[in-house]
Amino acid sequence: MLQITNLHANVGDKPILKGLTLSLNAGEIHAIMGPNGAGKSTLGYVLSGRPGYEVTEGSVTFNGEDLLGMEPHERAAAGLFLGFQYPVEIPGVSNVQFLREALNAQRKHRGEPPLSGGEFLKVAREQAGALGMDMDMLKRPVNVGFSGGEKKRNEMVQMGIIDPALAILDETDSGLDIDALRVVGDGINRIMRRPDKAVLLITHYQRLLDYVKPDFVHVLADGRITRTGGAELALELERDGYKELAA
Amino acid sequence: MNILPTRRDEAFRYSDIEALARLWPLPAAEHIVVPAGGNFVRTIVQDSGTIHQLDIAIGKGATAALHVLNIGGDYGRVELNVTLHEGADFKLGAVQIGGGIQNLEIVTTVTHAEPGATSSQIVRSVLAGTATGTYLGKVAVARDAQQTDSEQSVKAMLLDRSATANAKPELEIYADDVKCAHGCAIGELDPMGLFYLQARGLAPADAKKLMLQAFVAGVFEGASDEVMLTSLALQKLGELV
Repeated sequence: MLQITNLHANVGDKPILKGLTLSLNAGEIHAIMGPNGAGKSTLGYVLSGRPGYEVTEGSVTFNGEDLLGMEPHERAAAGLFLGFQYPVEIPGVSNVQFLREALNAQRKHRGEPPLSGGEFLKVAREQAGALGMDMDMLKRPVNVGFSGGEKKRNEMVQMGIIDPALAILDETDSGLDIDALRVVGDGINRIMRRPDKAVLLITHYQRLLDYVKPDFVHVLADGRITRTGGAELALELERDGYKELAA
Repeated sequence: MNILPTRRDEAFRYSDIEALARLWPLPAAEHIVVPAGGNFVRTIVQDSGTIHQLDIAIGKGATAALHVLNIGGDYGRVELNVTLHEGADFKLGAVQIGGGIQNLEIVTTVTHAEPGATSSQIVRSVLAGTATGTYLGKVAVARDAQQTDSEQSVKAMLLDRSATANAKPELEIYADDVKCAHGCAIGELDPMGLFYLQARGLAPADAKKLMLQAFVAGVFEGASDEVMLTSLALQKLGELV
């Protein structure tokens, strides 16, 4: 589904990714772990097309298409979803209005008919309910006044509504208490654990992986994948630290 | 005023004097007297490059609410001269949206002549291209006008680095027991917010439009022509993004 080959990327003039190669197939959940500054978040931003993140070498294909040639909204319509580490507050724009416009823009791009207000609200209510989020919160301005945990929960509600083929989740577990972690973990499994979908989980800690069991764990250090293993690698990292393994 | 102003005149400091010369001499300002206890509402849509001048006297305990959408022509100006008597209330909700070479202005003088009057002015400008948007707003509080409560909230959003916003909330206060709030901010769209919206599937223009819609939202809330004003504003925003 996603093929990243020898990816090099700069932020400003600074090289961050230095030859990253990674392949995700449908039905797989991959976790990327690594020390601070290794390039984990940069990978998420490069894949979703954030301005200022410049690819200098390498290629990325998504279902056979050149991902790097697409605009951010085209990548979304193609089925890519980025769960933000720091979801952005947008005063004045209601969640519901924004999500409906976003979803219908994606559907239009794919040649599908738009969802009516009623149809959309039904989906939104289901997803909010499954993640224990109040419908009133969904009507409030995007992330404004939300706690850290509520913002992450909102990301998962958005993911449920948009129903992407590939989710890149950037530290979705950070800032969550134990109960919220379970709710979010269950959400990821429910929405994304399907034979036709894939997930790239970017995380610092093993604890989310207790709920969302990865098929592969990769260590990202200094802009490259330095080691790949199964779920047991995360436990090993938790025990021995990155220093030992990245070397 | 019979002599064409120059840019040395404070009230015309940022004006398009050539455009003004073509419209000169201006017809007399419209005079409105709101009788004691009365309620006055007015919607002004400036969409053809004209100058609107209103003198409004608001009587004891009376209210006046104006909603202004300043969007049309190369040069458009809305000038309000408001006098509040005891316990009167004045509300202005104004949006100006300009692109290309447009020069749009809202110039107000709000005089609290007697005690206990309230005034509130909310002005939002969205400017693209080399457009100029100006708000000059003077609030004058007379010596006897104690318990005056006035507020000015002025914000401008620049869509291009070549656009200009001028904002000058001004206070002239001779009473000593008053509340006069004023706030002013000029900025550009948050790039991280735009990216967030695009990453969820909105095309760049639609993402900008959604954020700008939020920026001007609320100004026309409660206006009798709210639906018409909002849809005209959205249409104009759609032309700029």
